[in-house]
Amino acid sequence: MMGPGIASYLVVSVVLFSIGAFGVLIRRSPLIVLLALEIMLNAGNLALLAFARHLGDGDGHVFALAVMVVAASEAVIGLGLIVAMSRLRVELDVDKLTTLRG
Amino acid sequence: MDAGEILVWLVWIGAATALFASGLAVVLFQNPFYSALSLIVNLASLAVLFLLLSAEFVAAAQVLVYAGAVVVMFLFVTAYLGGRADAPWAGGPTLQSFFAVLAAGAIAVEVVVVIALTAGDRLTDPAEISDAFGSPAEIGRLFISDHLLAFEATSIVLLVAAVGGVILGTTAPRTVRAEGRAEVPER
Repeated sequence: MMGPGIASYLVVSVVLFSIGAFGVLIRRSPLIVLLALEIMLNAGNLALLAFARHLGDGDGHVFALAVMVVAASEAVIGLGLIVAMSRLRVELDVDKLTTLRG
Repeated sequence: MDAGEILVWLVWIGAATALFASGLAVVLFQNPFYSALSLIVNLASLAVLFLLLSAEFVAAAQVLVYAGAVVVMFLFVTAYLGGRADAPWAGGPTLQSFFAVLAAGAIAVEVVVVIALTAGDRLTDPAEISDAFGSPAEIGRLFISDHLLAFEATSIVLLVAAVGGVILGTTAPRTVRAEGRAEVPER
Protein backbone atom coordinates (compact mmCIF):
# COMPACT_ATOMS: atom_id res chain seq x y z
CA MET A 1 0.00 0.00 0.00
CA MET A 2 1.47 3.31 -1.06
CA GLY A 3 1.32 6.49 0.96
CA PRO A 4 0.27 6.92 4.57
CA GLY A 5 -0.66 3.96 6.73
CA ILE A 6 -4.04 3.07 8.18
CA ALA A 7 -3.32 4.93 11.43
CA SER A 8 -3.08 8.25 9.53
CA TYR A 9 -6.50 7.67 7.97
CA LEU A 10 -7.94 6.83 11.37
CA VAL A 11 -6.54 10.04 12.87
CA VAL A 12 -8.07 12.06 10.02
CA SER A 13 -11.37 10.28 10.60
CA VAL A 14 -11.34 11.01 14.34
CA VAL A 15 -10.51 14.68 13.85
CA LEU A 16 -13.26 15.01 11.23
CA PHE A 17 -15.71 13.32 13.61
CA SER A 18 -14.89 15.75 16.39
CA ILE A 19 -15.29 18.71 14.02
CA GLY A 20 -18.78 17.39 13.28
CA ALA A 21 -19.52 16.82 16.95
CA PHE A 22 -18.37 20.36 17.71
CA GLY A 23 -20.77 21.65 15.07
CA VAL A 24 -23.69 19.70 16.51
CA LEU A 25 -22.92 21.02 19.98
CA ILE A 26 -22.42 24.66 19.12
CA ARG A 27 -24.86 25.50 16.29
CA ARG A 28 -28.48 26.40 16.88
CA SER A 29 -29.76 26.31 13.32
CA PRO A 30 -31.17 22.80 12.70
CA LEU A 31 -30.00 22.94 9.08
CA ILE A 32 -26.36 23.26 10.10
CA VAL A 33 -26.80 20.66 12.83
CA LEU A 34 -27.91 18.26 10.08
CA LEU A 35 -24.89 19.19 7.94
CA ALA A 36 -22.57 18.55 10.89
CA LEU A 37 -24.28 15.18 11.40
CA GLU A 38 -23.49 14.30 7.79
CA ILE A 39 -19.83 15.15 8.49
CA MET A 40 -19.86 12.79 11.49
CA LEU A 41 -21.38 9.96 9.43
CA ASN A 42 -18.78 10.50 6.72
CA ALA A 43 -15.99 10.35 9.28
CA GLY A 44 -17.38 7.01 10.39
CA ASN A 45 -17.38 5.88 6.75
CA LEU A 46 -13.73 6.85 6.39
CA ALA A 47 -12.81 4.72 9.41
CA LEU A 48 -14.84 1.79 8.01
CA LEU A 49 -13.09 1.98 4.65
CA ALA A 50 -9.67 2.34 6.29
CA PHE A 51 -10.25 -0.84 8.29
CA ALA A 52 -11.65 -2.60 5.20
CA ARG A 53 -8.46 -1.75 3.32
CA HIS A 54 -6.33 -2.80 6.28
CA LEU A 55 -8.00 -6.21 6.56
CA GLY A 56 -8.42 -6.66 2.80
CA ASP A 57 -12.11 -7.39 3.38
CA GLY A 58 -14.93 -6.04 1.20
CA ASP A 59 -17.52 -6.20 3.99
CA GLY A 60 -16.47 -2.73 5.14
CA HIS A 61 -17.52 -1.33 1.75
CA VAL A 62 -20.97 -2.90 2.09
CA PHE A 63 -21.29 -1.37 5.55
CA ALA A 64 -20.15 2.04 4.27
CA LEU A 65 -22.83 1.95 1.56
CA ALA A 66 -25.46 1.06 4.18
CA VAL A 67 -24.28 4.06 6.25
CA MET A 68 -24.70 6.28 3.20
CA VAL A 69 -28.27 5.02 2.73
CA VAL A 70 -29.06 5.79 6.36
CA ALA A 71 -27.47 9.24 6.02
CA ALA A 72 -29.58 10.00 2.96
CA SER A 73 -32.76 8.86 4.76
CA GLU A 74 -31.82 10.93 7.79
CA ALA A 75 -31.35 14.00 5.60
CA VAL A 76 -34.78 13.46 4.00
CA ILE A 77 -36.56 13.12 7.35
CA GLY A 78 -34.55 15.91 8.99
CA LEU A 79 -35.23 18.35 6.18
CA GLY A 80 -38.89 17.32 6.16
CA LEU A 81 -39.07 18.11 9.88
CA ILE A 82 -37.37 21.47 9.36
CA VAL A 83 -39.82 22.41 6.59
CA ALA A 84 -42.73 21.29 8.79
CA MET A 85 -41.32 23.41 11.64
CA SER A 86 -41.18 26.46 9.44
CA ARG A 87 -44.74 25.86 8.23
CA LEU A 88 -45.87 25.74 11.86
CA ARG A 89 -44.08 29.06 12.39
CA VAL A 90 -41.79 27.44 14.94
CA GLU A 91 -38.57 29.37 15.26
CA LEU A 92 -35.68 27.48 13.68
CA ASP A 93 -33.54 27.28 16.79
CA VAL A 94 -32.83 23.94 18.43
CA ASP A 95 -32.45 25.61 21.84
CA LYS A 96 -36.07 26.78 21.70
CA LEU A 97 -37.63 23.41 20.91
CA THR A 98 -38.75 22.72 24.47
CA THR A 99 -42.29 21.39 23.97
CA LEU A 100 -41.29 17.86 25.00
CA ARG A 101 -39.66 19.07 28.18
CA GLY A 102 -41.66 17.83 31.17
CA MET B 1 10.86 6.75 -1.70
CA ASP B 2 10.03 6.82 -5.41
CA ALA B 3 8.06 9.41 -7.32
CA GLY B 4 4.74 7.55 -7.07
CA GLU B 5 4.99 7.31 -3.31
CA ILE B 6 5.72 11.04 -3.02
CA LEU B 7 2.77 11.82 -5.28
CA VAL B 8 0.43 9.71 -3.13
CA TRP B 9 1.65 11.52 -0.02
CA LEU B 10 1.11 14.93 -1.63
CA VAL B 11 -2.42 14.01 -2.74
CA TRP B 12 -3.16 12.63 0.72
CA ILE B 13 -1.92 15.76 2.51
CA GLY B 14 -3.84 18.00 0.13
CA ALA B 15 -7.06 16.02 0.56
CA ALA B 16 -6.74 15.89 4.34
CA THR B 17 -6.09 19.64 4.54
CA ALA B 18 -9.09 20.38 2.32
CA LEU B 19 -11.18 17.98 4.41
CA PHE B 20 -10.41 19.77 7.68
CA ALA B 21 -10.70 23.26 6.21
CA SER B 22 -14.06 22.59 4.57
CA GLY B 23 -15.33 20.74 7.65
CA LEU B 24 -14.54 23.74 9.82
CA ALA B 25 -16.11 25.98 7.18
CA VAL B 26 -19.35 23.97 7.33
CA VAL B 27 -19.45 24.35 11.09
CA LEU B 28 -18.37 28.00 11.30
CA PHE B 29 -20.12 29.74 8.38
CA GLN B 30 -23.04 31.85 9.56
CA ASN B 31 -25.03 31.37 6.38
CA PRO B 32 -26.41 27.81 5.90
CA PHE B 33 -26.06 28.29 2.14
CA TYR B 34 -22.27 28.62 2.38
CA SER B 35 -22.17 25.72 4.82
CA ALA B 36 -23.92 23.46 2.31
CA LEU B 37 -21.50 24.57 -0.42
CA SER B 38 -18.54 23.81 1.87
CA LEU B 39 -20.00 20.36 2.44
CA ILE B 40 -19.54 19.66 -1.29
CA VAL B 41 -15.80 20.42 -0.97
CA ASN B 42 -15.73 18.25 2.15
CA LEU B 43 -17.35 15.32 0.33
CA ALA B 44 -15.10 15.69 -2.71
CA SER B 45 -11.90 15.59 -0.65
CA LEU B 46 -13.29 12.66 1.31
CA ALA B 47 -13.88 10.86 -2.01
CA VAL B 48 -10.18 11.40 -2.82
CA LEU B 49 -9.25 9.67 0.44
CA PHE B 50 -11.67 6.84 -0.42
CA LEU B 51 -9.90 6.43 -3.77
CA LEU B 52 -6.52 6.21 -2.01
CA LEU B 53 -8.03 3.41 0.11
CA SER B 54 -8.93 1.47 -3.07
CA ALA B 55 -12.65 2.06 -2.50
CA GLU B 56 -13.48 3.25 -6.01
CA PHE B 57 -17.15 2.30 -5.99
CA VAL B 58 -17.86 3.87 -2.59
CA ALA B 59 -16.06 7.06 -3.70
CA ALA B 60 -18.24 7.28 -6.82
CA ALA B 61 -21.41 6.55 -4.85
CA GLN B 62 -20.37 9.15 -2.29
CA VAL B 63 -20.10 11.90 -4.90
CA LEU B 64 -23.32 10.84 -6.64
CA VAL B 65 -25.46 10.43 -3.52
CA TYR B 66 -24.16 13.34 -1.46
CA ALA B 67 -23.04 16.03 -3.87
CA GLY B 68 -25.69 15.00 -6.39
CA ALA B 69 -28.70 14.51 -4.15
CA VAL B 70 -28.31 15.34 -0.46
CA VAL B 71 -26.54 18.69 -0.85
CA VAL B 72 -28.93 19.76 -3.61
CA MET B 73 -31.81 18.99 -1.27
CA PHE B 74 -30.11 21.04 1.47
CA LEU B 75 -29.69 23.94 -0.94
CA PHE B 76 -33.37 23.79 -1.94
CA VAL B 77 -34.51 23.81 1.69
CA THR B 78 -32.08 26.64 2.50
CA ALA B 79 -33.44 28.63 -0.43
CA TYR B 80 -37.00 27.92 0.73
CA LEU B 81 -36.35 28.96 4.32
CA GLY B 82 -33.96 31.80 3.54
CA GLY B 83 -30.44 31.71 4.87
CA ARG B 84 -30.78 33.03 8.37
CA ALA B 85 -27.66 34.12 10.21
CA ASP B 86 -26.82 32.06 13.25
CA ALA B 87 -23.66 33.09 15.07
CA PRO B 88 -23.46 31.37 18.45
CA TRP B 89 -20.07 32.92 19.15
CA ALA B 90 -21.20 36.48 18.52
CA GLY B 91 -20.50 38.53 21.63
CA GLY B 92 -17.51 36.56 22.80
CA PRO B 93 -17.03 32.95 23.79
CA THR B 94 -19.83 31.56 25.90
CA LEU B 95 -19.86 28.70 28.37
CA GLN B 96 -21.56 26.55 25.72
CA SER B 97 -18.82 27.10 23.15
CA PHE B 98 -16.15 26.37 25.77
CA PHE B 99 -17.76 23.06 26.68
CA ALA B 100 -18.41 22.24 23.02
CA VAL B 101 -14.69 22.56 22.27
CA LEU B 102 -13.92 20.54 25.39
CA ALA B 103 -16.36 17.74 24.49
CA ALA B 104 -15.22 17.54 20.85
CA GLY B 105 -11.58 17.40 21.93
CA ALA B 106 -12.41 14.75 24.53
CA ILE B 107 -14.07 12.57 21.87
CA ALA B 108 -10.99 12.81 19.64
CA VAL B 109 -8.56 12.02 22.46
CA GLU B 110 -10.65 9.12 23.78
CA VAL B 111 -10.98 7.41 20.38
CA VAL B 112 -7.28 7.82 19.59
CA VAL B 113 -6.25 6.46 22.99
CA VAL B 114 -8.62 3.49 22.83
CA ILE B 115 -7.53 2.52 19.29
CA ALA B 116 -3.85 2.95 20.16
CA LEU B 117 -4.20 0.83 23.30
CA THR B 118 -6.24 -1.98 21.78
CA ALA B 119 -4.97 -2.22 18.20
CA GLY B 120 -1.96 0.08 18.00
CA ASP B 121 0.52 -2.69 17.17
CA ARG B 122 -1.74 -4.32 14.56
CA LEU B 123 -2.20 -1.27 12.33
CA THR B 124 1.18 -1.34 10.61
CA ASP B 125 1.10 -3.78 7.69
CA PRO B 126 -2.11 -3.81 5.65
CA ALA B 127 -3.31 -6.95 3.89
CA GLU B 128 -2.51 -7.64 0.26
CA ILE B 129 -5.52 -6.96 -1.94
CA SER B 130 -6.43 -8.10 -5.41
CA ASP B 131 -7.37 -5.77 -8.24
CA ALA B 132 -11.04 -6.60 -7.73
CA PHE B 133 -11.05 -5.10 -4.21
CA GLY B 134 -13.61 -2.31 -4.02
CA SER B 135 -14.86 -2.80 -7.57
CA PRO B 136 -18.63 -2.67 -8.29
CA ALA B 137 -18.60 -6.35 -9.25
CA GLU B 138 -17.07 -7.40 -5.94
CA ILE B 139 -19.42 -5.22 -3.88
CA GLY B 140 -22.42 -6.41 -5.87
CA ARG B 141 -21.43 -10.02 -5.29
CA LEU B 142 -21.16 -9.36 -1.53
CA PHE B 143 -24.53 -7.61 -1.51
CA ILE B 144 -26.41 -10.52 -3.07
CA SER B 145 -24.55 -13.30 -1.27
CA ASP B 146 -23.31 -12.56 2.24
CA HIS B 147 -25.30 -9.39 2.88
CA LEU B 148 -28.62 -10.10 1.20
CA LEU B 149 -30.62 -9.29 4.35
CA ALA B 150 -28.83 -5.96 4.75
CA PHE B 151 -29.54 -5.21 1.09
CA GLU B 152 -33.28 -5.84 1.52
CA ALA B 153 -33.37 -3.93 4.81
CA THR B 154 -31.74 -1.01 3.00
CA SER B 155 -34.51 -0.91 0.45
CA ILE B 156 -37.14 -0.91 3.21
CA VAL B 157 -35.31 1.91 5.03
CA LEU B 158 -35.30 3.99 1.84
CA LEU B 159 -39.00 3.27 1.22
CA VAL B 160 -39.96 4.24 4.78
CA ALA B 161 -37.86 7.41 4.56
CA ALA B 162 -39.49 8.36 1.26
CA VAL B 163 -43.01 7.80 2.65
CA GLY B 164 -42.11 9.71 5.81
CA GLY B 165 -40.69 12.59 3.80
CA VAL B 166 -43.87 12.83 1.74
CA ILE B 167 -46.08 12.71 4.84
CA LEU B 168 -44.01 15.36 6.63
CA GLY B 169 -44.05 17.54 3.55
CA THR B 170 -47.73 17.33 2.63
CA THR B 171 -49.74 17.05 5.85
CA ALA B 172 -51.30 20.41 6.59
CA PRO B 173 -50.26 21.62 10.03
CA ARG B 174 -52.99 21.68 12.63
CA THR B 175 -53.65 24.67 14.81
CA VAL B 176 -50.99 24.94 17.45
CA ARG B 177 -51.81 25.96 20.97
CA ALA B 178 -48.49 25.07 22.49
CA GLU B 179 -46.57 27.63 24.42
CA GLY B 180 -44.01 29.75 22.65
CA ARG B 181 -45.51 29.48 19.20
CA ALA B 182 -47.39 31.99 17.18
CA GLU B 183 -51.00 31.20 16.25
CA VAL B 184 -51.30 29.37 12.97
CA PRO B 185 -54.27 30.29 10.82
CA GLU B 186 -56.68 27.50 9.91
CA ARG B 187 -56.18 26.15 6.43
